[in-house]
This record gives sequence, C-alpha cells and structure tokens, in this order.
Amino acid sequence: MPSQNKLKLKAAILTTTLSFATLLGGCASTTVTQYKASGDLGTIIERADGAVSIVNTSDRAVEGRIEGLGDLSHASIVYSRDEQYAYVFGRDGGLTKVDILNQNIAKRVLQAGNSIGGAISQDGKLIAVSNYTPGGVKVFDAETLELVADIPAIYTDENGEQKQSKTVGLVDAPGQRFVFSLFEGNETWIADFSDASSAEGTAPKITKLKSVGKQPYDALISPDGRYYIAGLFGQDGLALIDLWHPEKGSKLILPDYGKGQERLPVYKMPHLEGWAVAGNYAFVPAVGRHEVLVVDMNSWTQVGEIPVYGQPVFVMSRPDAREIWVNFAFPKNDTLQMIDAESFELKKTLKPGKAVLHMEFTPRGEEVWVSVRDEDTVRIYNTTTYEEITSLKALKPSGIFFTSRAHRIGL
Amino acid sequence: MSKTASPKKLAIQLTVVIAIIVLAVIAKRAVASETDGEISADRAAELTHMLKHDCGSCHGMTLKGGLGPSLLPEEFKGKNIEYIKLTILHGRSGTAMPPWKSIISERDAEWIAEYLYSGQINK
Repeated sequence: MPSQNKLKLKAAILTTTLSFATLLGGCASTTVTQYKASGDLGTIIERADGAVSIVNTSDRAVEGRIEGLGDLSHASIVYSRDEQYAYVFGRDGGLTKVDILNQNIAKRVLQAGNSIGGAISQDGKLIAVSNYTPGGVKVFDAETLELVADIPAIYTDENGEQKQSKTVGLVDAPGQRFVFSLFEGNETWIADFSDASSAEGTAPKITKLKSVGKQPYDALISPDGRYYIAGLFGQDGLALIDLWHPEKGSKLILPDYGKGQERLPVYKMPHLEGWAVAGNYAFVPAVGRHEVLVVDMNSWTQVGEIPVYGQPVFVMSRPDAREIWVNFAFPKNDTLQMIDAESFELKKTLKPGKAVLHMEFTPRGEEVWVSVRDEDTVRIYNTTTYEEITSLKALKPSGIFFTSRAHRIGL
Repeated sequence: MSKTASPKKLAIQLTVVIAIIVLAVIAKRAVASETDGEISADRAAELTHMLKHDCGSCHGMTLKGGLGPSLLPEEFKGKNIEYIKLTILHGRSGTAMPPWKSIISERDAEWIAEYLYSGQINK
C-alpha cells in the first residue's frame, strides 16, 4: 500500500513538473517546489525501543520509523504549525524535533534529567517542556531548539524552606501564554511570553496562583483556551482557573466528591489530556474510583457520576461529542468503554487486549486508533459500529498523536 | 548398563529414572514453596515486565525516577530489602505510591525488592 502511494506521488510530481515545464515553454532552468501534505499523518510512540512510528491515517499504514529517541516511557508529542515537525518529549529530558515528511531527526537536545511533557506556543515559535528533575519549565526556540527561558519552579514549603517543584499539566493558552502546575508546590503559574523575545534580557511575565489545591497531578484546558482545570491527587476536587480573569485566582470545584469513602489504590494516575465536553457538560476521571464525573460547566458543580469498569485514565470525547470513550488503569487495563453523552448511560464495552494505553480519533472521528501495549498492536476501530477495521504492528505502543493536533489549543 | 540389556528393559529403567527425577523436582518445589516460595522463570519475567512498564509509568522505564523516585540501587543505601518489600506491599501514605498487596504476593514483593536492591536492573 505505502509503496503504491509513493508511486502515485512520484507520478503526480512528475506530471506536475512536466505540465509546468510545458507551460513554461520547456524552460529547463525553472524549478518548481513540490509539497507533500502531512494532514493525514501521525506518530505512535514505541516506548520500549525509544522509537516513533510515522503513520498514515487514510491508508491505515506505517510509513516509517525513527529510532534513537531515548527513554520514551511516558512520552508525548506536539506538532509544528505546518505539521512537518513532531516535537517528542522523552522521559529522560530528551527533546527531539522529528521531520515526519523526510523521516529524520532534524534536531535533538537533552534539556533536563527527567521530564514529563510539553507544549507549543500559540504562534508556534516556542516549545515549553515540563520537568521533574530538576523541576520547573524550560522554553526553547521551535526552530533551533535553543534555550529561550528557564523558569525554575521555586516554592516555599510548610517549613518556610525554598524548594524546587516538579511541574505538571503544562499547556499552551491564548495570549502567547503557557500554564502549568507545581506538584509539590500546590501552585499554578501562568507564563506570558507576549512581550518576551528570545533576545537576551527579556523574560516572560509570571503570574503565580498559590494554594490551588493539594498535589495537582495533571491539567486540561478547554478547547477555547479559557478554562484551566488541574486534577488534584492529594485531595478531592479540582482546581479551576478562568484564564480570562487570572486575577480572580483559582476556585476549588467538586470539593465534596467522595467524602467519607475510602479511595482505592491508584496504580496509574488519570490523564487530563484534552477535554471531554458534550453540550454544557465536562466529563473527568475520578481519582481512585471506578467512576467518570459529570460537571455542569455553567455552575461548575457535579451533576452526576457514571460507574465504569475500572479507574479511568483517559476520558475523551469522540470529535462529534456524542460519545465519551474511557480506558482504565492497571490491572483493569484491557478494556475500553463508551458513554452516551446525552443520557450518561454506558453504551458499549470493548476488549482490545492487554494494556490499552491510549486512543486517538481521526480528525473528524470516524475511526479511532487504540494502542495495546502488551500485544505489540495498534487496533483501528470504526467508531459507529465498534468493528475492528484492521490492526498494525508496533512495539510496546503507548501514545498516538495525529497532526490535526497542530491547530488545537492545549494540544 | 550391561551390553545384554534388552531395549524393553532399558526403556523401563529410563522411565523409572526420569520419574524419580521428576518426583524429586516436584518435591523440592513443594518444599521450596513452603519455605522460601521460589519464583519461577515465567513469574520472574512477568514481574520484570510489570516493573519496567507499570511501575515504570511513575518511576521511569529505566527506573531512574519520574513522579515517583528513582529505584536504582544507589537510592537504597541505608535501607534494606524488608523496607523496600513493605513499601511495595503497603504503599507510602501521603505520596502517590499505592499499596500493591492486592496485586502481588508477599513473595513477589520480596523478589522485586531483592531485584532492585541487588542492582540487577543495570545488568
């Protein structure tokens, strides 16, 4: 299949070149720039090998593989605005700029000892990385990967000591801002780069929101970039920040959730990537419970909880927002469930296989790709019939990222 | 074995020898499981996979640390195998480390603790 496409592409290029040549009266010195589009490309992280597979969502095929990306346990990817480059954030602090069209490593830097994820700025010119060791956030030029800003996440602990915190839940926000939270510091910071340039001596404006809640572990931002919500590991509830009005500080929402119930052991932290929204409701994973919570986005109160198979890890809405898809934490991680966003009823249960880690919908949601780590497989399902269409081989696949993310806030 | 031994006789002798060996192994295993609960090669493979991938989701796949601390041998200076085992089984309150006692046995936890403590991860 891929080779057929390559042939087609070559033929197209040849035809285009020939027709241009004819148009230009056979002027041999004229060169025509050829483009190959990347709108139906994506990447799959193969965590055990430190590799990324480049895939095509229209052909449902693997087009290439890039190796040598370091420790990719818990890695994530963002795309450049032109969808040519995938920035891979590795666990070992590696930041790699992968050219998915030419299938090579354009640039790679080791920027920290241990990192957790990253984001690309609104204008596509800055890459921010969230670090565990030494902590804080570093910001790089998207073109050259040169350091633009270093933001140590220093906080004061209960004994009055200054400490550096691990940072989590890093997202891009409108107004050329990055927002992230301090896991040990219990704070959320907004770094505004709208006046900062990479010239020496300019730095972002940092707004620090203190005591947002205990141990923020991850965060999400609404699709319009207005609301930032951090999940809290150390207490019940979520921290909500209105980025139109950061001066109002953060608000603890759903604070009474699960009062008086003992929490189950959490064998995998939920992820708050993306935002499962349907109508006025947001769907979020409960920590340490077999439930998905439903939040009314007008009043920011909990209006329901949906019992599910295990502890949710990813709670994602299908792009048409009619269904919410959920996967689960170890040891119940062989399952996917779908919730009807209208009735809040459980609609369907699928068993893709051992260790279902991530799912990614095609841009308009007619299909979904699901990584099944312990079976070295990525399964592709029709999202209406739930039929498996095909599957692809991938070694210990984890995150799947399609280029359509390039134009979405917070991804 | 005498040169005159018939094939039939030989087969019987062989069967007896094999049976004795098999029984001895089974008996040894039974005794072992009562005393130190030997971990089979298959179980060891399962546990190392779990360590790398499921523990690795917090501690890093190379166990250098992530949201959870590093689990490399140098981290365990001044601590002993029992301490690591108890941490695995019961978790650490106030941190994100959960108790694993409902997932793995005490012997499994001890095997993991020994594995981490001995630095086999680097071999």
